[in-house]
Parts: sequence; structure tokens; C-alpha cells
Amino acid sequence: MIAMTEAAAKQNNRWEPYVDNGGTSLAIAGEDFCIIASDTRQSEGYSINTRYDSKLHRDSFNFRTEKISLATTGYSADAKNKHDKEMHSHSIAQMISIIQYQKRFFPYYVFPILGGLDQEGKGCVYSYDPVGNMERVGFQVYGSASGLIQPFLDSQVGFKNQQNVDKTRLLSKQEAYDIAIDSFTGATERDIYTGDFLEVYIIDKDGIKKEVRQLKFD
Amino acid sequence: MNSTEILNLKNQDVTENGTYKHTLQPIVTGTSVLGLKYKDGIMLAADCIASYGSLARFRNVQRLHPVGKATILAGSGDMSDFQHVQNLLEGVMLQEHCFDDEQEIGTKSIYKILSNVMYSRRTKVDPLWNKFIVAGIENGESFLGYVDLYGTTYQSPVIATGFGSHIAIPILRKYAEPRASDLTEAEASEILDNCMRVLYYRDARSFNKIQKAKVTSAGIEITEPYSLSTNWDFAESIRGYGA
Repeated sequence: MIAMTEAAAKQNNRWEPYVDNGGTSLAIAGEDFCIIASDTRQSEGYSINTRYDSKLHRDSFNFRTEKISLATTGYSADAKNKHDKEMHSHSIAQMISIIQYQKRFFPYYVFPILGGLDQEGKGCVYSYDPVGNMERVGFQVYGSASGLIQPFLDSQVGFKNQQNVDKTRLLSKQEAYDIAIDSFTGATERDIYTGDFLEVYIIDKDGIKKEVRQLKFD
Repeated sequence: MNSTEILNLKNQDVTENGTYKHTLQPIVTGTSVLGLKYKDGIMLAADCIASYGSLARFRNVQRLHPVGKATILAGSGDMSDFQHVQNLLEGVMLQEHCFDDEQEIGTKSIYKILSNVMYSRRTKVDPLWNKFIVAGIENGESFLGYVDLYGTTYQSPVIATGFGSHIAIPILRKYAEPRASDLTEAEASEILDNCMRVLYYRDARSFNKIQKAKVTSAGIEITEPYSLSTNWDFAESIRGYGA
């Protein structure tokens, strides 16, 4: 019996508990706003499961490869602690990291991005790996089209690898919004796991605005 | 058997080196199930066969299972796991019935319970080897959802599991999805029959004895098993391996 189980282990004969359902999520922080966007396609292999499965949760969201839901809320008043105060985005950011690290040895296979406004009202984006490493960044994209979009953002949002540009310049709301949209229309053309609809959240001092746009259905 | 013997009894699922034996493959299996939304509610279809590998082992199995008054659970994959889930949900429904408060668990709650069970079993790396469709009406709103052995869930106006996701989905997306809100019962029924017929022509684990079920505001209705008409005349002209 031992020989059998060892043989089975050698062949890596164990059932694989993770699946990749594709999809792409993106966030850009600005001076006093934050834009978060994600497509709504859910796939398995070459099949599209559904054209509308939201990956954004309130003003926070996660790209997922397995079904989990992070009960995280940043700017909105949904996540209140027992003192009935709104949770600050940095508290939620830390909470996500802890939730993830709790499952360090059987991780949630997700790449969360948290977007919102910090205590000073500045736009903030937190990005994570599956085991809870966390970093506050200016912009981030995760998911099946991250390889296509991240270099685009590096250039157009981060002004990387360019001379004679003001690298400290922050984008206006309209600029950031246009770049987010363009990122997805571009990615939809080349990535089969990205498409159908695009959900965009625009967070500023007035609150959260949600928008749903159409992407290509093919 | 006395109590000491019972205490010393070895767990049959534990191997000599202390690892656990889990399901590594389904044994007696059901093939595709289909579901679509139409004008009056939801309609589902499944065939009546449970296969043992390539053997057509049980040819009169019901794979559309009513749960409460307005929900149907359609199951594909391992049939023993499916029956386990049926028992589990019956237990939940009975427990709630015992409150005697005229309340019944709705479709969305049943779906939530089932998806939590499926996800917790996958997290134990001991999955229930199924792909389910949950369909029903709750508060006048129709619901059609999918959950599988990974705990993956989604909702869509048309859903098919297994081979059906390759063969029936393109047909359903063309004829049912764009007209989901004004599709009549007769049209929905015909679309599903056609899908099941195409599946019977191409899926070697399928059967032409099928059942359909619908959930409308009037409640659940599951048809008796009936046979689909087929036409194999084209086989006459096939030479060699066909194509």
C-alpha cells in the first residue's frame, strides 16, 4: 500500500484543486481619485462559462482563479467595525493580507487589487500576491491580460523608459479613465479570456460611481 | 462488536502510511445536463442513463431532482455523490420544515448551501465529483445557476455541463439566449429536444431516453421519461471511418 501511494505521489496523481477562470482587473490611483476596472467574462479552457460574472466587489475587488469572495470594502460605508466607523483603506489592505497569509500553505489562488482613497483623500492602490505580500502602488493590473496591459500602463501612467517627461506628473481623472478603457479594448483583441463586459468604478470624494461598458463578445 | 472493538476499528479511508484515500475518479456517471431561461421560467433536460465507464449500466435513472416547491437540482458526474447531495438537501429541507413556520428555503439559498458544500469539499481535497445546475423561481424571479466540484459558480441564461458545454451551448446561445425573455414554452421545449438529440448523435455516453423539467410560477413539473426520435439513414452512406 505504501508503495502504491508513493507511486501515486510520484506520478503526481493527486487531484488538482485549482482552476484558472481567466479575466483581468486593473486599478489606477490619481491625486484625489481612483479608477478600478475589470472584465466580466468567466472561462474554463476554451469555453466561456458566462459573459457576466462580476470580479469587482464594491470599491475593492479581486481577480480570481477559484471561487472565493473577499468581504472587503474601502471607501464605501459597508465595512464598518464594531465602533460603527468606516474602515480605512489601509486597514482593509492589511486585513486582506492577513486573510491571505492565514492560508499560506493552501493559498487562495487569487491576485487581489484594492483601490480607494486613503485617509488624506489621495487615490490609493494596494496589490497582493496569493500569499499576502502587499505593496501600495500607483497602478496595477492582474489576470490573464496582465502581460499585455502592465507594460502599457508602465509607459502611459508611469512614464517609464522615456526621456524629457515629468515622471512625477499624475494623470487627470479623464486621462486615467481613457487609459483604463483603452487597456481593455486592446487586451480584448489579443486575450481570449478577456471580453464581454467591462465594469468600471470611479472613486472620488463624492463617492463611488459604477459604469458597465460593452467589450467584444467573441 | 463491543465498544473497545469499535474504538480500535481502523478507518478504512486511511492508508498504512497515514494518508487518506479520496475519490480520484468518478465511477457511475451521468453525462450532460442542460438548462435555459424562457418566458415563463426555467426549463431543464437530462437523459436517463448512468454509465459505468463505457457500459450503459443503469438505463432508468432520474437526474432531475426536485428540492422543495420551486427548485430543481440537475446533476451530472458521479451518481453516488449526486445521491449524497440529494440526501443532504432533503435533510436541510426537513430541518427547516420542522420549524412549521410556513417558510421554505428558496432557490438562491439552496444554491448557496450547495456551493458552500462543494467548495468546502474541494478545500478538503476530497471533492463531490459533480457538475450541478440549480434552477428555480424565487419571489417571481427566475434563477439558473451552475456549481461544480471546484466550487466554481456562475449564472447565465443558458447553461450546459460536460459534453453539452461543447455541443449544446452553441445551439443554446444561438436560439435561446438572445430571446430568453420572450421564448415560449413550446419553443424552449423544442430547442432542448434538439440539443439532446445532437448530443445523442455525438456523445457516446448519452441516451435518447430523456426527461425535461420546468419551474414556472405554477410550480415544478417534471415529465415522464420519453424517447427522442432519431434518424440514422445517413449511416448508409458512410464508408470507412465516415467524416
